[in-house]
Amino acid sequence: MFKIVEKRILNDSMTLMAVEAPYIAKKAKAGQFIILRVNEFGERIPLTVADYDREKGTITIIYQKVGKTTLMLDQLNVGDEILDFIGPLGKATELEGYKNVAVIGGGAGCAIAYPQAKALHSMGTKVDMIAGFRSKDIIILEDEMKAASDRLMITTDDGSNGNKGFVTDALRKNIEEGTKYDLVIAIGPLVMMRAICNLTKEYNIKTLISMNPIMIDGTGMCGGCRLTVGGKTKFACVDGPDFDGHEVDFDEAIKRSRTYADLEKEATREYNCRLMEGANNA
Amino acid sequence: MPNMSPVKTPMPEQEPNVRNKNFEEVALGYTDEMAAEEAKRCLNCKNKPCVSGCPVGVRIPEFIQRVAEGDMEGAYQIIKTTNSLPAVCGRVCPQESQCEQKCVRGIKGEPVGIGRLERYVADWHMKHGAPEEFDVKPNGHKVAVIGAGPAGLTCAGDLAAMGYSVTVYEALHTAGGVLMYGIPQFRLPKEIVQKEIDALKEKGVKIKTDMVMGKVLSVDELFEMGFEAVFIGTGAGLPNFMNIPGEGLIGTYSANEFLTRVNLMKAYLDEYDTPIIRPKNVAVVGGGNVAMDAARTAKRLGAENVYIIYRRAEEQMPARKEEIHHAKEEGIIFKLLCNPIAIHGDDDGRVKAIECVEMELGEPDASGRRRPIAKEGSNFEIPVDSVVMAIGNSPNPLIRSTTEGLEANSHGCIVVDDTTMATTREGVYAAGDAVSGAATVILAMGGGKEAARSIDKYIQSKHSK
Ligand SMILES: Cc1cc2nc3c(=O)[nH]c(=O)nc-3n(C[C@H](O)[C@H](O)[C@H](O)COP(=O)(O)OP(=O)(O)OC[C@H]3O[C@@H](n4cnc5c(N)ncnc54)[C@H](O)[C@@H]3O)c2cc1C
Ligand SMILES: Cc1cc2nc3c(=O)[nH]c(=O)nc-3n(C[C@H](O)[C@H](O)[C@H](O)COP(=O)(O)OP(=O)(O)OC[C@H]3O[C@@H](n4cnc5c(N)ncnc54)[C@H](O)[C@@H]3O)c2cc1C
Ligand code: SF4
Ligand code: SF4
Ligand code: FES
Ligand SMILES: [Mg+2]
Repeated sequence: MFKIVEKRILNDSMTLMAVEAPYIAKKAKAGQFIILRVNEFGERIPLTVADYDREKGTITIIYQKVGKTTLMLDQLNVGDEILDFIGPLGKATELEGYKNVAVIGGGAGCAIAYPQAKALHSMGTKVDMIAGFRSKDIIILEDEMKAASDRLMITTDDGSNGNKGFVTDALRKNIEEGTKYDLVIAIGPLVMMRAICNLTKEYNIKTLISMNPIMIDGTGMCGGCRLTVGGKTKFACVDGPDFDGHEVDFDEAIKRSRTYADLEKEATREYNCRLMEGANNA
Repeated sequence: MPNMSPVKTPMPEQEPNVRNKNFEEVALGYTDEMAAEEAKRCLNCKNKPCVSGCPVGVRIPEFIQRVAEGDMEGAYQIIKTTNSLPAVCGRVCPQESQCEQKCVRGIKGEPVGIGRLERYVADWHMKHGAPEEFDVKPNGHKVAVIGAGPAGLTCAGDLAAMGYSVTVYEALHTAGGVLMYGIPQFRLPKEIVQKEIDALKEKGVKIKTDMVMGKVLSVDELFEMGFEAVFIGTGAGLPNFMNIPGEGLIGTYSANEFLTRVNLMKAYLDEYDTPIIRPKNVAVVGGGNVAMDAARTAKRLGAENVYIIYRRAEEQMPARKEEIHHAKEEGIIFKLLCNPIAIHGDDDGRVKAIECVEMELGEPDASGRRRPIAKEGSNFEIPVDSVVMAIGNSPNPLIRSTTEGLEANSHGCIVVDDTTMATTREGVYAAGDAVSGAATVILAMGGGKEAARSIDKYIQSKHSK
């Protein structure tokens, strides 16, 4: 059992939690993830290590409430325990040897991109962070991202923060203004990462993306997380989750991410009904 | 007077058309009368040929004699001296190629149902046996075991019985290895595996789940933590694919994923959250136990047509005869001498058909089996909405790649000394599928036992110097 020691609501759909997991906290690195199971009946879901505290022995996760399991997780509070918490899984992002990096996060992807920016920045690498959100009121981690970068640009789809546009627009602008990136890291929805990769291909800039296929074990045992990268089958949980974005077969990955869409929608609907009932009966 | 019937006392089973819709155990087990009757078929041979066929040397005629005399506890104690998981082995051992193959009664008729009797005795003990008592004196030495499959659990149990303080580290949230995540409930009820694991805990074995070793702790760190020896029983859990077009389509599973969703995550029960596709028409590729399990599981999830696609003939299928027989009874359709060359999908990326070619058998290959050759132009398609690849597993590289000085062969199997199970790294031992590649439960257990003996010798000799 793994105790929740901090819970912070970031916005309507995103929450941060710090969880006691001393063994994992000792080893975790930027780019790695954990898998958790809320209770005996729960599924196993992966979440990125957003931060860690080696002394306190805690791992921080930031999750977006998108379906039953993340909603269920969100019902837990400080002092409650998560049944299973497994990690650190996946390979750490290779951050050595770059001079000028653009770290791009889309929505909840910012939670995953932020630790990478932080790690790079603390190594003395020049970091531009570009964060995209749908609108101003769902911006998260603004102070943290600012502290972890030399320049922070936040774009909103609806322009409500005064900077309308997509993260691709901001990246193109920086490149065209003469910034020479030797690496772009992009983390967010698959379509966003694909758009970034199409852009960086034009300029021939190496691009790392963090893939998030459906997982179970996270140890290479089930093969469910497989992707096609450079024409070869790769297991995201052990070979990734980071991959060279110019090599990834996005079409396949996008289709595969919808494998259980109907079942997930139904499970979420039922769960929400039960939550409502509970609230009404209370 | 021995029972001279040429056939085994039949095993009561659920009706094929009933059982292929539920996940309850297929074979129901002998009654007391059936067990007594079958036990009387054993001739108590002086030279015990059957024992030489058992990888752990179960004292077969001795325990069967006790069953015939009605002394079930006595029978159980005899089995337990060499086999720590009899309820499991009685159910899943490939007896026809091991103990029963050597039985003299098999020369004229069917061999004694050794596996069935073993299962009977183990089940009897679980129901009626007195709880076992342990008063082993701790010897003050610590051993770590990585992987809680049959190899690791056996090694841990034996070491605990010698007085070692044993900690088992398991990557998944449940101990048991393939017994829990691979072999289905209808063949090996998980409650039985759990009881065996609980019994180990009673013996003082500590089991730490959720620990992906190599990631969260390395072998070197285990030594730093004061463990004097490490046993590796991480199995062969890395699924192989065929590398044909369409393996990324929605509805294509490795057998590991398909079975894990159903067994470990219990996706077949409504109250569990893990989703699974319940296909209407399924092709399972492969001819081993894993393929049979996947096919029969798919049927139970409600599939109408389940095809086993295998590139050789039935005689060459590596699956246990009994499983092939059960699968056929349950309505699984066998497409033999067929090889998949592509999986086709619709616009949403979902599987809609599997394309195969017919095969014919040519000259024997290195394995001694006749090599299948594709018949030109014989391509045909089977409409399916799911494909399960059950074409084998390889050892997972996690431990190997994070442990200095641990040698592996070109297949990724850890190299050990055949008799001691010692790896190329001092104080580190390994056995089971991680060493042999995908094999059997009983071989994994045999290896785990051997390793426990060697670890004891190693630690004792270190301290007597
Ligand atoms: C390596 C990795 C790191 C991730 N890090 C984060 C993170 O830091 N924060 C965050 O909010 N999300 C993260 N995700 C995504 C997160 O795992 C899913 O949002 C979560 O599983 C959704 O579960 P649900 O039951 O709440 O929603 P559902 O309604 O069941 O699913 C919503 C969508 O999430 C995805 N999903 C569902 N089940 C799984 C699963 N078992 N494994 C992976 N994806 C699944 C599917 O695309 C699905 O359509 C990460 C995914 C991966 C693979
Ligand atoms: C579907 C299926 C059906 C089968 N049917 C039969 C049958 O009928 N009869 C028979 O005799 N055999 C059968 N087998 C084969 C048999 O199950 C295996 O040979 C046996 O389980 C091997 O035992 P093991 O202990 O070596 O490994 P496993 O049972 O594979 O256990 C290894 C354990 O180690 C854990 N592990 C792996 N890596 C790590 C790590 N880095 N850190 C911590 N833990 C780790 C795994 O999670 C697993 O729990 C079947 C196999 C399958 C898949
Ligand atoms: S352990 Fe397996 S091989 Fe040995 S006697 Fe029992 S069933 Fe036969
Ligand atoms: S060979 Fe057969 S008949 Fe002879 S002792 Fe063994 S089980 Fe009994
Ligand atoms: S999640 Fe099972 S192999 Fe990656
Ligand atoms: Mg879900």
